[in-house]
Amino acid sequence: MISMTPRKHIPLSLTLLTPAVAIFLTLAVGAGIFGILGFSPLGSLYTFFVAPISRPDQIGDLFVKACPLIITATGLVFCFRANVWNIGAEGQLVFGAIFSGWVALSFPDWPAITLMPAMVLASIIGGICWAMIPALLKVRFNTNEILVSLMLTYVAALFIDWLVRGPWRDPMSFGFPLTKMYSDAGLIHRIDVPFVGSLGQLHWGVVGALLLAIAGSFVLSRTILGFQIKVMGDAPRAGRFAGFKPHLVTIGVMAIAGGAAGLAGMVEVSASMGQLQPNVSFGYGFTAIIVAFLARLNPIGVIFAGLIVALAELGGDYAQIALGMPKVVTGVFKGILLFMLLAGETFNRYHITWRPSAVMPVSKEQ
Amino acid sequence: MEALILTVLLTSVPLIFAATGELVAERSGVLNLGVEGMMLMGAVSAFAATSILGNPYMGILAGAVAGALTAAVFSLFALGLATNQVATGLALTIFGSGLSGLVGAPFVGGTVEGLPNLAIPLLVDIPVIGNLLFNHDIMAYLSIGFLVLVAWFLNRTRAGLVLRAVGNSHDSAHALGYRVLLVRFGAVSFGGMMAGLGGAYLPLVLTPHWSEGMTAGRGWIALALVVFASWIPSRILIGALLFGGITIMQLAGQARGWTVPSQMLSMLPYIATIIVLVVIARNRDFALANSPACLGRLFIGNK
Amino acid sequence: MKTKITLSFGAVAAVASLALSALVGLTTVTAANAADKVKVGFVYLTTPGDHGWTYAHEVARQDVEKHFGDKVETTFVENVPEGPDSARVIRELAKQGNDIIFTTSFGYMDHTIKVAKEFPNVKFEHITGYKRSPNVATGNIRFYEGRYVQGVVAGLMTKSNKIGYLASFPIPEVIQGINAFGIGLRSVNPKAEVSVIWVNSWYDPVKEADAAKVHIAEGADILAQHTDSPAMLQTAQKAGVHGFGQSSDMKAFAPKAQLFSSVNNWGPYYISKIQQMMDGKWSTGDGPDHWAGNTWVGMADDYLVLSPFENMPSDVAAAAAKAAADIKSGKNKIFTGPIKDNSGKIRVPAGKTLNDGELFQTLDYYVDGISGKIPG
Repeated sequence: MISMTPRKHIPLSLTLLTPAVAIFLTLAVGAGIFGILGFSPLGSLYTFFVAPISRPDQIGDLFVKACPLIITATGLVFCFRANVWNIGAEGQLVFGAIFSGWVALSFPDWPAITLMPAMVLASIIGGICWAMIPALLKVRFNTNEILVSLMLTYVAALFIDWLVRGPWRDPMSFGFPLTKMYSDAGLIHRIDVPFVGSLGQLHWGVVGALLLAIAGSFVLSRTILGFQIKVMGDAPRAGRFAGFKPHLVTIGVMAIAGGAAGLAGMVEVSASMGQLQPNVSFGYGFTAIIVAFLARLNPIGVIFAGLIVALAELGGDYAQIALGMPKVVTGVFKGILLFMLLAGETFNRYHITWRPSAVMPVSKEQ
Repeated sequence: MEALILTVLLTSVPLIFAATGELVAERSGVLNLGVEGMMLMGAVSAFAATSILGNPYMGILAGAVAGALTAAVFSLFALGLATNQVATGLALTIFGSGLSGLVGAPFVGGTVEGLPNLAIPLLVDIPVIGNLLFNHDIMAYLSIGFLVLVAWFLNRTRAGLVLRAVGNSHDSAHALGYRVLLVRFGAVSFGGMMAGLGGAYLPLVLTPHWSEGMTAGRGWIALALVVFASWIPSRILIGALLFGGITIMQLAGQARGWTVPSQMLSMLPYIATIIVLVVIARNRDFALANSPACLGRLFIGNK
Repeated sequence: MKTKITLSFGAVAAVASLALSALVGLTTVTAANAADKVKVGFVYLTTPGDHGWTYAHEVARQDVEKHFGDKVETTFVENVPEGPDSARVIRELAKQGNDIIFTTSFGYMDHTIKVAKEFPNVKFEHITGYKRSPNVATGNIRFYEGRYVQGVVAGLMTKSNKIGYLASFPIPEVIQGINAFGIGLRSVNPKAEVSVIWVNSWYDPVKEADAAKVHIAEGADILAQHTDSPAMLQTAQKAGVHGFGQSSDMKAFAPKAQLFSSVNNWGPYYISKIQQMMDGKWSTGDGPDHWAGNTWVGMADDYLVLSPFENMPSDVAAAAAKAAADIKSGKNKIFTGPIKDNSGKIRVPAGKTLNDGELFQTLDYYVDGISGKIPG
């Protein structure tokens, strides 16, 4: 029988080893699948993971793809660390886009120096507002935040659909569901690299995303707020003895996650779309949950996890172009990659042994 | 009017299957967000089996088995390796959507003879309700049969009691000597089988063809339904009819010239679900009795 | 704390090793590009398995391969969302040496224009949209012509005088289609009424089937659709009523219910534009720079094809054939006054024919014969 005991101390070697093993296993399984489907196994892996980032502009695109994931997952890390299960980041992202969109569309004459901060602020407020519904319901009525935040995701998607097809539709869009274009001041511009020009679609929002993750790491590891969050997550009773207020922590982490998701919505629209459309998020809010876990709830890890997940997406498109591999194969492969990475996390955190005798079970609140 | 009610009933069947299955899984303390993926696997397998074997009843079987097998993948990781349930469920949906598309590729463009209606003798002749309730395909009856079975199982059997105990406190259940992971494995597999049946209903009855992603989000609605039902089986029926009813009402309203934005109507079930959540959470006794306290929490170790 | 900082090192190592092999791979990728074939790229919104819009484009891509043989090499990318991903995929196709790229959904419009600026030597064909640039042409089909013929057949076939119409989103092409259907209907039947249900999706088989059932429950005996899946026709067949297929011939799904399908035949358009490019004569098109696109043609050029008329009496089939012939010959321009809206107000005076720009800009009403009003 298998028994699992949590490791008190995770050795460095293991931390380095498990993701490597997980990736290796995925590659092995993936190669097997590709082979069965009649693609060259090694060539496919190369196409998936190497070819899509073999030019500077592709690396730029990789970061662009990872950008909303990194921003959103950084916020989610705070929630999950505190054992608050916000899975409605998708909806919070949409509301960030809606709020900042309102600012951009209402004040098209403002210069960038005032419009951009206003939009950023609005998007954060929008995300927070939407996140406060599950947060306050949880604090006040003890409702399950997983389910409330999930339900609100659907409501948000329908709401922006209604806005863009109805009241906010650009009269000049010939009935197509698009708002007016944002003014130039409301757009996030591409980064001009000296001598190279722009790197794919690499934009300033990516810089913001990286800074945010670093700031998140700092807050979590070096501030009293971060300490409170971790204590409330790992040992809520101890936290209460220490005088921490669980309700405040819940509201705080939901605000952080909602604000970050809202910001991601604003960045995505301002950098890549330039106007609101019925779909502003393509599952980023859900993918970010996976990213947060792959990162082991560490904001710096989020950067790398975000890049890996983004790479799998890019690789899927690239495999279609280069090998004519159907998109569905990508889905299967992505699923396996995620399973393996999640499993790797288990091997990392628990000591797993085969043992015939009974072992005291341990249950961990997660 | 009768035809509209019939439409509501039929459109609810996949939701009843999937939600009833997920309810059992959640009652055992496992939140499996992969319902959409399991439904798609059920749908594609049912269609494939029916086109190859020429028998829709084999399709039902194939859908159930495929759903259960897909759920077993979830169990392997989320139960066996104690990976996070939320993340694993999301991964399962990605995996299931992809795999169903892959398996289904050769079947795109084909059609099958769906399940025939089986009128129940005598009962079908009752005026008004006879045709509405007793003239359906076998899966529609099965969905209600399973619902009743689950209600009976959870409330009236010892095994059901154990399952609920595991969901409420896996530590105490374990201390009492129950095999928590085994119970959960069973519950998750049942959930997968039911999701597979729900998916199978699409190509076998509603729209006899296969195409990628044909469930179009119904797995997520099933998840909402479980909560709406506050984990009580009989309420799944009410919830499914309400969801189905609002969808059909919204469509029929348009045909009759109503001008309420369809998005607003579509939001109603989700908002209703949140209200239900608040109401049950306020009623402590009810919440204690019915909501699985360990939902989504990890259980490590077995013997 | 230490573990938490170090844990990302594994990921660092993974990314670093990937980047390293990337450098090695750089040369191989560029080397593979040297080919003298004309490379043609396609970007699809969904998968060809939708049986509708994307399927029609995929059929046309295969036509291109058949027509040009080994003179062309085609590549397609499916399931590309209408966001930043589309810009990336379009750019990647351009970088991979595709000489001409077809982007086949409205939402790719701005991204196509943006990427086209970076690749002045690559030709882009956007389907369908209203923005253009020197190397972005737009193509469109006069889908509404087929719907006029559908209206004629529906008007002659209906016994209940109730027609059910499934619509996706209230965009100009869809409104044109509904109104053309209404005009065709009225040309043969003064009493029948069309009721429109907006499914708010291009593709949701169960919801399409539900909407079809609702129409049937409300008494409709003829169904038409501007959504992509064959679910409506399958439902019609089960209920013993008739309907029209969309985008591709859907006979296989409902042999007893399908009257005919309006088939989007993009093949000739693709082939002509690729040929122009091979001859060095590619241009954004001779057509006026109007809303629909540089090229906006229909049944006369076989860009829109009607599948055989079936499941209808021969006199109805004859009337349908005549309606189709009149459209092909240009005798019937469809949107020719007098056109009344459904409140009875004259919108287009007798003798006037709406031009292409007006078809996109002025149709904010339903014509006589359609009930209700356009949402939004």
